[in-house]
Amino acid sequence: MLTKLLSGDSPRSVILSALLIAVLVCLAFAPFLFPGVRALETAATICIFIVLAASYDLLLGYTGIVSFAHTMFFGLGAYGVALASTHMGRGFDALIVGTVAGAVLAAILAAVIGLFSLRVRAIFFAMITLAVASAVAVLVSQMSGLTGGEDGLNYKIPRELTPAFKLMDDKLFGVRVNGKLLNYYLVFLASFALVLVMLRVVNSPFGRVLQAIRENDFRAEAIGYHVVTYRIIATCLSAAIAALAGSLYAIWLRYVGPDTTLSFEIMLDILLMVVIGGMGTIYGAILGAVLLVLAQNYLQDLMEGAVPAVEGLPLLPELLSPERWLLWLGILFILSVYFFPTGIVGRLRKPRA
Amino acid sequence: MSAAPDHNPTFAEVTLMQRLDKALPVLLIPLLVVIGLLAIGNPSSWLTLTVSGLAMGMLIFAMASGFTLVFGLMDVINFGHGAFISVGAFVGVSVLAWLGTWTEAPSLMLNVLAVLFAGIAAMGISGLLGWGFERVIVQPVYGAHLKQILVTMGGLIVVEQMIHVIWGPNEIFINRPEMLKGAITFGAVAIEKFRLLAVAVGLILFVAMRLVLKRTKIGLIVRAGVQNGEMVQALGYRLRLVFIGTFIAGSALAGLGGVLWALYQEVVTAGMGEHMMVLVFIVVIIGGLGSVEGAFIGALLVGLLQNYVAFLEPKLALISNIGLMTAILLWRPQGMLPVVKAK
Repeated sequence: MLTKLLSGDSPRSVILSALLIAVLVCLAFAPFLFPGVRALETAATICIFIVLAASYDLLLGYTGIVSFAHTMFFGLGAYGVALASTHMGRGFDALIVGTVAGAVLAAILAAVIGLFSLRVRAIFFAMITLAVASAVAVLVSQMSGLTGGEDGLNYKIPRELTPAFKLMDDKLFGVRVNGKLLNYYLVFLASFALVLVMLRVVNSPFGRVLQAIRENDFRAEAIGYHVVTYRIIATCLSAAIAALAGSLYAIWLRYVGPDTTLSFEIMLDILLMVVIGGMGTIYGAILGAVLLVLAQNYLQDLMEGAVPAVEGLPLLPELLSPERWLLWLGILFILSVYFFPTGIVGRLRKPRA
Repeated sequence: MSAAPDHNPTFAEVTLMQRLDKALPVLLIPLLVVIGLLAIGNPSSWLTLTVSGLAMGMLIFAMASGFTLVFGLMDVINFGHGAFISVGAFVGVSVLAWLGTWTEAPSLMLNVLAVLFAGIAAMGISGLLGWGFERVIVQPVYGAHLKQILVTMGGLIVVEQMIHVIWGPNEIFINRPEMLKGAITFGAVAIEKFRLLAVAVGLILFVAMRLVLKRTKIGLIVRAGVQNGEMVQALGYRLRLVFIGTFIAGSALAGLGGVLWALYQEVVTAGMGEHMMVLVFIVVIIGGLGSVEGAFIGALLVGLLQNYVAFLEPKLALISNIGLMTAILLWRPQGMLPVVKAK
């Protein structure tokens, strides 16, 4: 049963299994284990970024293609929900229409970009996605009539998903059972399901072909697989799942803006999650997302606290200020690509010599 | 013993299209200029836009040439190329600020000298940075495209953040030197002086680069290395040294492009390199990865088109480049002048 659920791709390491179970338990019971608004926000963000990072891993780790447009697809899903909710009014039908439209649009856009770049050279893809993604980001902030520009969009989601909706009058284990809790479980269950779907995909014959292409595209072509088609399908799939994650994020936050969905910083976060966790293992994306979101939410405070301690020294306060967070991410990123290319999961799975 | 296969050589005349094949991309530029004139209608604003488009194209070419050569020579994709643009711009602007008395003096000579010094300083520091970048970041990942893209992207971010640490978090506004401000007017046509300077610098750069590549021995080795690196090495040349030299020169040119671009925009931000890289990628892809001539044509096309479209429909300016890239990739999927690699 369990192996079937995981599509036969068990963690293959005691520590890794323990870590994954811990993550699952913590996220499943987050509202009860960690009371407080901020903890719940963090838990929901972790769920969504697990999906986002895992869908990126489908591309980077399994197919061996670098894309810089993943936030664009994420944003498409988010803006889909936002626009549908703004124009169709409050209701579940708006959420569904927005989600489906975002995912379909993301898949189509990915197919078009893929047709243009992957047909010639896989490396074109990285450059073209970067160009297209930055153009889209500019476009979104310019078309303020439709997208709210830099301010983004605020909209209403169905009342059943907001704190105003009370399911029970009493508290359950000291937690208010309201719409917010329902919303969290919607996010959690959807994320959980999507991760299982992705595990299914990468362990299917299709996933094996993707890995073959990653290892040696020339040979895969020679065996008779149409490499371009497989790469494009992988791109579309990954884009659609990223859009779904974006929709979840939009439902959870009740706000979308360029900073929360389209910024290059998020793209970098996703890259880092996948690389640190371990490329080519969906589990790596899970661990990477957990680590990075936690670090982002709590480590930055720590850095802020460290600034006064080094006040008098030259340069150090500048380097440690939370605004230089990206600097440390960049350094960490380079170091992990060099010295840690298989990531956490790769290390844990390696048989002891 | 089997008979020798039939051998029927045919002598067909080279058709007009085949002869035009190489020249077609070059013809796109006058074509675009004429279309621009028809679309804009007003000759004086058309001339102004054409000059600024050419200036922009020349500056983009300065930034793109190094990127494309580095790829052609060593198959290295350097996403960190934008870092050299930013660093060059900041160094150049600091030098200009330091030479404040020269830039404010109403003497063309001193003004141009100040810009020259700024350019030299920017090239020096960017080149030095390029050397370090090659050593530390690029060298360990030769031959692995995936890692190259990831690592050089990381390098770009680190350099960009270091600029924030050194020059502070805000953008810096600069004034052009006294004599380079304003415009020259012929009747109804106004052309900014600085743009003329940019076009001149770009042309000199392109001609010099062509001369080096086509007429000197080092240029011969570089071109041969782009076509077939292994053979060049087998003939006893140390291609690695040539490559490092190209990398440094390319970084220096990116730095120079950065200073001129900063003066063109009159503002510098740490993110400008990253921003310009988008244009550089478009230029290099439509030109054909590894091809210097292709990059030159691509840069001029992008510069002209962006200026025309920005005048006609401002919101479409960025999309127009993507459209141009799409159209050219439909026409020639490898780019306009793809580099022929010996297998």
